[in-house]
Amino acid sequence: MAEQTYLEAIRSGLREEMVRDRSIYVLGEDVALGGPFGVTKGLAEEFGASRVLNTPISEGTVVGLAVGASLLGLRPVVEVMFIDFITLAMDQLVNHAAKLHYMSGGQLRVPMTLRVQEGAMGSCGAHHSQSLEAWFLHVPGLKVVVPSNPADAKGLLKSALRDENPVVYVEHRGLYFSRGKVPEGDYVVPIGRAALVRAGKDVTVAAFGKMVGVAEQAARQLEGEGTSVEVLDARTMCPLDLETIVASVRKTRRLVVAHEAVETGGAGAEIAAQVQQEAFHILDSPVGRVGAVFAPVPASPVLEKEFVPSKEQIMKAVRQAVKWVRPAT
Amino acid sequence: MDEAERKEFLSLLQLMWTIRAFEEKVSELYAKGQVVGLLHLGIGQEGVAVGTCRALRADDYVFGGHRSHAHAIAKGADPARLLAEIAGRAAGYCRGKGGSMHLVAMDVGCVTATGVVGGTIPLALGAALVCRETGKGQIATVFFGDGAGQVGPFHESLNIASLWKLPVIFVCENNGYAEFTPLSAHTLVSRLADHAGTYNMPNVTVDGNDILAVRGAIQEAAERARSGGGPTFVECLTYRLRGHYEGDPGKYRELSEVSEWKDKDPVARFVGVLKEKGVSAGEFAAAEQQARERVDEAVRFALAAPWPSAEEVRQQVFAGD
Repeated sequence: MAEQTYLEAIRSGLREEMVRDRSIYVLGEDVALGGPFGVTKGLAEEFGASRVLNTPISEGTVVGLAVGASLLGLRPVVEVMFIDFITLAMDQLVNHAAKLHYMSGGQLRVPMTLRVQEGAMGSCGAHHSQSLEAWFLHVPGLKVVVPSNPADAKGLLKSALRDENPVVYVEHRGLYFSRGKVPEGDYVVPIGRAALVRAGKDVTVAAFGKMVGVAEQAARQLEGEGTSVEVLDARTMCPLDLETIVASVRKTRRLVVAHEAVETGGAGAEIAAQVQQEAFHILDSPVGRVGAVFAPVPASPVLEKEFVPSKEQIMKAVRQAVKWVRPAT
Repeated sequence: MDEAERKEFLSLLQLMWTIRAFEEKVSELYAKGQVVGLLHLGIGQEGVAVGTCRALRADDYVFGGHRSHAHAIAKGADPARLLAEIAGRAAGYCRGKGGSMHLVAMDVGCVTATGVVGGTIPLALGAALVCRETGKGQIATVFFGDGAGQVGPFHESLNIASLWKLPVIFVCENNGYAEFTPLSAHTLVSRLADHAGTYNMPNVTVDGNDILAVRGAIQEAAERARSGGGPTFVECLTYRLRGHYEGDPGKYRELSEVSEWKDKDPVARFVGVLKEKGVSAGEFAAAEQQARERVDEAVRFALAAPWPSAEEVRQQVFAGD
C-alpha cells in the first residue's frame, strides 16, 4: 500500500481507468494542462488530445455535450472545477442527465461523471467556496459521492467511472494535499456504503467529506471527557446508506450529522428525517445537525472562520445529545 | 423525372402526409380527451422534418425539441409506438414515461427530444463527438426553433461545434414565433443563420416549406460533416399552422397571416411540383390514402394498448437497478 495525497489518488484512479477503458474521455477547462490544481496533469500527454479535451468556459454546454456522448457509448468525465459553477450546468444535469434513462423507458443510459471541488477556505469568497451537493439529493436519477480521504478518493472515483448513471463526484479542495494509504491496483469502493471510521458507544457522528476528519478530532477530545463517539464517514450522499447509520444509532441511541454545507435543507435534514422515521423509538435525544452558517460564504478570513463548522461545534452538539433529558410532559 | 426519382418523390410526399395525418389525429384525440398533456403540433412544418431526415443516413443521429413528432416519424419511427407513447401507454417507445415532448426512438436514431428550449443542442455535440471518434461517417442533427436562438447554450454550442469541427447539422425551424411572441420582439437579428457566421460556421437560409430546397441544403451539410468539414447551420423559414400548443387560441397573430401561410402549405406545394412533373392525381391520392390508413392503424394500436402498471413509477430511476 502506497502513501498518496488525495489529489494523487484521484489522478491515479482516473489514469488507471483510462488505461482500462478506452471509452473514458476527460473534458473541462484547462484539463489538458492539468487543471488549476494539477489533478489531470500528464493525462493529455499519455492519452492524447482527443481523449483529454480542453473546453471553452461553457459549463452548461460542456456538461450537455458529455451527456450526449454518454448516451452513445462514451464515458465522459467532466471537470466543472468549482462546484459553484455547476449552477451553469443545472439544466443539463437536472433536466437531461438525471432523467434520460427514466424518460426514455430505459432506452438511454447516462454513464457520466462530473468532477467538482469545493470548500470554504483561503478567502475565495462566495463564488468559489460553496458546498452545494445536497441539491442533487433532491433530484431522482443522480448519484453523489463525497470522498474524505485518499483511499476513498481513488476507490469511489473508480466506482463512479464504472457506474451506468450520472455521478457527481465531490472533491474538497482542503483535502487535496492530505496524505493517506491507498491500496494499489484495482481498488474500488462501492457507491452507497458508509464507513466506520472510529467505533464508540455513546453518540454517533455521521459526517461528510472534510468534516469526517474534524469529527475524528472532536471524538478524540471528547474521549478525554469520558464520552465515547462513533464516527461514520457517510461517503455517499445519494444513495444514502441509511442502514449503516441506523445500525450505529441502534447501538449509541444518539446521532449528530456534520457537513460543511449550510445546515438548512442540507443532507443532515434528510438523514434526521429518515432516521426518526426508521428508528424514533430508539433515539434518546433529538438528531443534532452541524453545518455552516445560513449565509453566503464571506471573503474575510475572520468571517470565513466563523462560517465553517468547527470541531467545537461538533463537540457541543455531541455534549447536548449526551445530556439531553426528555422534558416532563 | 426518371423512375427512381419518381419513386423517391412519392415516398417523400407519403411521409409528409403521414406526419400531417398523424398530427391531425393527435389534435382530434386531444379534443376528445383520449390523449392528454401539453401537445405541440408541427402542422405546416412537415417539409423541414422530411426534407432533413431523408437527406440523412439511417445510422445518423437526430435530436429534437418540444415540437418533434414530425422529426421522429421522418426519421423512421413507428407511428403506432409513437402515438402509444403520446397516449401514455406501456407499448409506447418510452413505456409512457416520456410523452409528447420527450420522444426517444433509438431503433431509428432519434436519440432524444426535450421540453427545454435549446436543451438538446449540446447533446447533439456529444453525439457528433462520438460519431467522429468511431469513424463510421455518421453525423448528428439537431432540430430547434427560432426561440432557441436566444438561449445561452445555443451560442456556446455553435462556438464549440465550429471550434472542434464537429460533424453536426443545426436545423433551425424558424416559424417566426417563440410561443406567442414574434421573433422581431425577441431579437434584432432577423436572420438567425447570421449567428453561425459569427462563429465562422457555414450557413444557409432556405424556404422551409420547399421540401426539395431543405433536402438539398441538408445533403450539402451532411457531405461537409462526413468529410471532416465540420458543422453547418441550416435555417428553414416555415410556419406552424396550429397554435403553439393544442388549445392555444392563437390570438397573437392575424388570420390573414395564417391564411397567407396556408397558401404556402408544404404538402400542397409539393403536390404542385409533382403535378408539373407529370405525376397523376391517382398517385397523389394513393399516397395520402396509404398515409391515412397507416395512421388509423396507429390510433387503433395506441388506444387499445395497455396502460403501464402503477409500480412502473418507481422503476428505471437508476440504470442497473
